[in-house]
Amino acid sequence: MIVRALFLVLMCFTPIWAVAQNGPLRIEITEGVIEPLPVAIPDLVPEGGATGDWGQRIARVVAEDLTGTGLFREIPSSAFISQVSSFAAPVQYADWKAINAQALVAGAVSVNGNQISVKFRLYDVFSGAELGEGLQLAGTTDAWRRIAHKMADVVYSRITGETGYFDSRVVFVSETGPKDSRRKRLAVMDYDGANIQYLTGSEDIVLAPRFSATGDRVLYTSYETGFPRIYVLDVGSVQRRVLESQQGTMSFAPRFAPNGQTVVYSLTQGANTDIWSMNIGSGQSQRLTSTPAIETAPSFSPDGSQIVFESDRSGTQQLYVMPAGGGEARRISFGEGRYGTPVWSPRGDLIAFTKQSKGRFHIGVMRTDGSEERLLTASFLDEGPTWSPNGRVIMFARETQGAAGRSTLYSVDISGRNLRPVRTPDGGSDPSWGPLQR
Amino acid sequence: MKMKSSIVMICAALSLAACTDPARFGGGADGTDPSANTGGVVPGSASDPASPAYFQQAVGDRVLFAVDQSTLTAEGRATLDGQAVWLLQNADYTAVIEGHADEQGTREYNLALGARRADAARAYLVSQGVQARRLQVVSFGKERPIEVCSEEACYAKNRRAVTVLAGGLTS
Repeated sequence: MIVRALFLVLMCFTPIWAVAQNGPLRIEITEGVIEPLPVAIPDLVPEGGATGDWGQRIARVVAEDLTGTGLFREIPSSAFISQVSSFAAPVQYADWKAINAQALVAGAVSVNGNQISVKFRLYDVFSGAELGEGLQLAGTTDAWRRIAHKMADVVYSRITGETGYFDSRVVFVSETGPKDSRRKRLAVMDYDGANIQYLTGSEDIVLAPRFSATGDRVLYTSYETGFPRIYVLDVGSVQRRVLESQQGTMSFAPRFAPNGQTVVYSLTQGANTDIWSMNIGSGQSQRLTSTPAIETAPSFSPDGSQIVFESDRSGTQQLYVMPAGGGEARRISFGEGRYGTPVWSPRGDLIAFTKQSKGRFHIGVMRTDGSEERLLTASFLDEGPTWSPNGRVIMFARETQGAAGRSTLYSVDISGRNLRPVRTPDGGSDPSWGPLQR
Repeated sequence: MKMKSSIVMICAALSLAACTDPARFGGGADGTDPSANTGGVVPGSASDPASPAYFQQAVGDRVLFAVDQSTLTAEGRATLDGQAVWLLQNADYTAVIEGHADEQGTREYNLALGARRADAARAYLVSQGVQARRLQVVSFGKERPIEVCSEEACYAKNRRAVTVLAGGLTS
């Protein structure tokens, strides 16, 4: 397994005419953008004898990141009046205004051996000023996509006021083969499907990998022993170990607490499934629920104080919130249908879930008290939401109907807009979106 | 790991087609033994009442459940009665009862639901005198359907608890 050595330096270089201002160039995500903001992203200018198409490749990834949000629209280079031929030359605002580019991302790239360095500026065309300061990013050439993602994160962040999410990874289950003998293996990839790496083979069924808050470890369920058991895997070394192996039980649905030390999961004994927590260091475990109902799919609040989970103690699957140490749970879902797989948003404001109603599946969000429920998707089978690190986008799996049914990863805005498939080489399910990388 | 190797051993010893992977979740009901019609009892074949093939085909290795239910039906109890008799007569076998769900449910819930179904079958067999230590349960949730259409006709067959015979008792 390849561990990519990677150094990213994010530094401000001395801006020549940096204007610290908050111009009118602004997207309010919460208002639900209908009209995407037009942006020009010319190829980065090669500097210091840089060869190859680095400038173009980086500009393309930045453009895909930004337009992929649905918040930006790229102005094709064929419409450009002036070209950016030198990073130092003054920007011809009139030329960009004329083609209605509201934002301009201009940069330069230099390559030295396996080192690549990028500098760029973001311009607010209609204000005729730079938005924020120029930035420089450096790393190894094999990390060039990360540099592009970081550039796009800066642009996104300056225009929306939100943290970006492009320089992040997703761990998921890669699926091949027909429905009745599907082969599953754990895989990790960039959020956009690039740089896929497999973490396990496909000999045993593996389910529902979950990143730790720092993205260094993954919890998952494997049938390696013939019985479902939870494992922890180190992403760097790909070393794994079983966490729960009580004879005569099954364990599944693990998830990390924000502290990375506590794990919550479901343990089945006989017919009964309860939620347990375990200290991953000592291996000491504690039962958190004790009804004869099915209690599963626990997920921590970002401050680690509460757990949202699903239970059928009322007769159908519904969502409940309890203190992290167990104790009295309050039901938060009251709409029509069944609710499962709740996941607390990283901002703490919302809970995403899977809802089944009238033979359809939905991904939805609600406030943490259960109010303001909104369904974002509808299909034959949508399931298993996971949050982007900034809490603005949800990724999930959609399975198609019938004998040729196939599972594919999709993402959707929490506004319900911009539903799009995530490119993976094979089928995909059970995504878990990791943190923004450092 | 122990479990797995003992299954492999039994497979090798009995050369059972039913132990190969496709039939593992599909059940051997469709795979008829060519030697079964010769009139004579071929050891290990479905015509041998002491064979796992007989258990699968003649006794019936599975019981089915209603949507989102784990209560045994009258038909299911009758099948399990037959399984209990067979297991009592063939005391060398242990069994793993596999619980399954149809695809209409979330993954984690279906794992727990499959466990309820497997345990319902297990508890019934124990109530009929089968030693509890001979039985293990596992749930596959919706991971291993045997029918692939997205209609009730298929779902009904996928909501099942299958008694899979395994190695002998080690103690």
